[in-house]
Amino acid sequence: MDMSAVASAPLELQQRRGLLLGAAGWTAVIAVVLIITVGIPVLNLVVPADSVFHVSDYTVSLAGKILCYAICALAMDLIWGYTGILSLGHGLFFALGGYAMGMYLMRQIGRDGQYKADMPDFMVFLNWKQYPWHWTFSDSFVFQVLMVVLVPGLLAFVFGWFAFRSRIKGVYFSIITQAMTFAAMLLFFRNETGFGGNNGFTDFKRILGIPVTTPQMRVTLFAISGCVLVAFYLMARAIVHSKYGRVLQAIRDAESRVMFTGYDPVAYKLSIWTLSAVMCAIAGALYVPQVGIINPSEMSPAASIEIAIWTAVGGRATLIGPIVGAFFVNGAKSWFTAAFPEFWLYFLGALFIAVTLFLPNGIIGLLRKKREARL
Amino acid sequence: MTPDLMEEGARRMQAYAQRQAERTASGGRSASFRRLVKVGEPDFAHGVALYLEDITVSFDGFKALNNLSLTVNVGELRCIIGPNGAGKTTMMDCITGKTRPDAGKAFFGSTIDLLRLAEADIAQIGIGRKFQKPTVYEDLSVFENLELALADDRRARASLWSRLSGAQLDRIGEVLTLIHLRDDAQRTAGLLSHGQKQWLEIGMLLMQDPKLLLLDEPVAGMTDEETERTAELFLSLEGKHSLVVVEHDMKFVELLTQGHKTVTVLHEGSVLAEGKLADVQANDKVVEVYLGR
Repeated sequence: MDMSAVASAPLELQQRRGLLLGAAGWTAVIAVVLIITVGIPVLNLVVPADSVFHVSDYTVSLAGKILCYAICALAMDLIWGYTGILSLGHGLFFALGGYAMGMYLMRQIGRDGQYKADMPDFMVFLNWKQYPWHWTFSDSFVFQVLMVVLVPGLLAFVFGWFAFRSRIKGVYFSIITQAMTFAAMLLFFRNETGFGGNNGFTDFKRILGIPVTTPQMRVTLFAISGCVLVAFYLMARAIVHSKYGRVLQAIRDAESRVMFTGYDPVAYKLSIWTLSAVMCAIAGALYVPQVGIINPSEMSPAASIEIAIWTAVGGRATLIGPIVGAFFVNGAKSWFTAAFPEFWLYFLGALFIAVTLFLPNGIIGLLRKKREARL
Repeated sequence: MTPDLMEEGARRMQAYAQRQAERTASGGRSASFRRLVKVGEPDFAHGVALYLEDITVSFDGFKALNNLSLTVNVGELRCIIGPNGAGKTTMMDCITGKTRPDAGKAFFGSTIDLLRLAEADIAQIGIGRKFQKPTVYEDLSVFENLELALADDRRARASLWSRLSGAQLDRIGEVLTLIHLRDDAQRTAGLLSHGQKQWLEIGMLLMQDPKLLLLDEPVAGMTDEETERTAELFLSLEGKHSLVVVEHDMKFVELLTQGHKTVTVLHEGSVLAEGKLADVQANDKVVEVYLGR
């Protein structure tokens, strides 16, 4: 056989794989970025409220919130969809990122709180005279943004290092992550922990000295969340299309084969696990100024399970799937909880069962199957 | 002092001087005195690829391996047979680091102590293993399966930026042809037949370019034609690589041994007999073990 013919087809494949996105893909990305940064802000701020094209404040804040959820779902997809490690504790990283940002927002309230005091209201209420040690640099935006990344990242790294080195896998790993977030929730419920106990942080006034509740700030935060999501999507795409990403999928399909091929799965799992946690933390930091509250309920086991549901509904191991899933489930949630508030949890349960039974690859899997059938 | 005693003394002094002169760092084997042993690379100068001594493994009191000793020479193709539960797979687990033996020694070449290394390290120094149940990455394509097995930098950061070179692509192309999956390169591995998956896994082993291949029932589920082609492939590897083949299929063992190679029979965790296939099959103890079941 001619040797050049032998290598030609794989070579072609390799070149195709070298590109992050095709022309259509890049066009779509640019279109989405324009809609997020120009389209929606104009439709919300400039177009008058009685026009049919007006996008309401409610829609912007809901969409901004869901964009943060979508980042979590994307992070979950990297660790669960591609690496096969189901985390039921990602809500913890989301909440820690949110708390780190919340601490800064609390300091920005200044003397505008209920007690008109220098310190945040909950500290005045607890009769604290000085800041606890972990609040020392909380008035610095740069420092707290660093903490958004470092604290959850370090926690994930240390937790992952012990778990993966001890070869904890499958359902055992999921249960431990669930226990971790539950333990953290109990810790944050205590007033002595110094994070406002069960009330958490709320009543934010400013960010970087700019009022946080204005329409302009709402749209700005929405646009930043959208751009971060697009950037993370591109990053995730680059990761899963690299050899590193294929090793992750190999770990999911046959970890022992990966080990006996000479790869050390711990390094791979630990790096993607930490990255996934940091993505969630950044989503949490973007989420808190938009919804105006962070409290320990974000660390409840149910919150973490919901992230897994968004990912499963949208379609695991398809990067766009989790984003679609986050919008679908949360869109349905906001409609259902308004129309039939008492049935939402039943609907969510039924949705999860239906997806597990009938749509193993989620909504995106279904659409792909339809398209293939038509071709 | 008598002349006898003087002569005896002179002879002993001469013998002592000669022993002193012959003494070298390698214990009197002259050839190895100036040979450097490279760190992290197996040393095959003594002709031994794999050396197991008195390996014992027990699971809850059951001795899966019981003082197992085995030597495989460099370039040798060694078949290992034995009834179910004889400890064949446990032996492979010990060699590849999956199971730690309770006692015994396991060396790769003459310098590398396998009992001190983790699975991934053992694979990196050149021991490849094929599982009993074909284990491939079901959701990746055949091409990608081979790409991941390619001998290359295995670290996470390196793999993030890794691009295949022309030579590596050619190598993948060669192996694809060798394992008769050239036309299925883009197919998802999960869609292959059982026999094709076996071949793919063998192909992945070849991509690793191991010095020692451990093959656990490589022809299970293959058609007669595929079995023959597998035997041909293994015979072509003999000499360049050392191979240990665990197999139940006597026809396949016959093909591989070609009537003269050594076959090892395992029974209850230790070596029952060793020798040519015909001799082993005539061995009373072996007949008893096989027919007694």
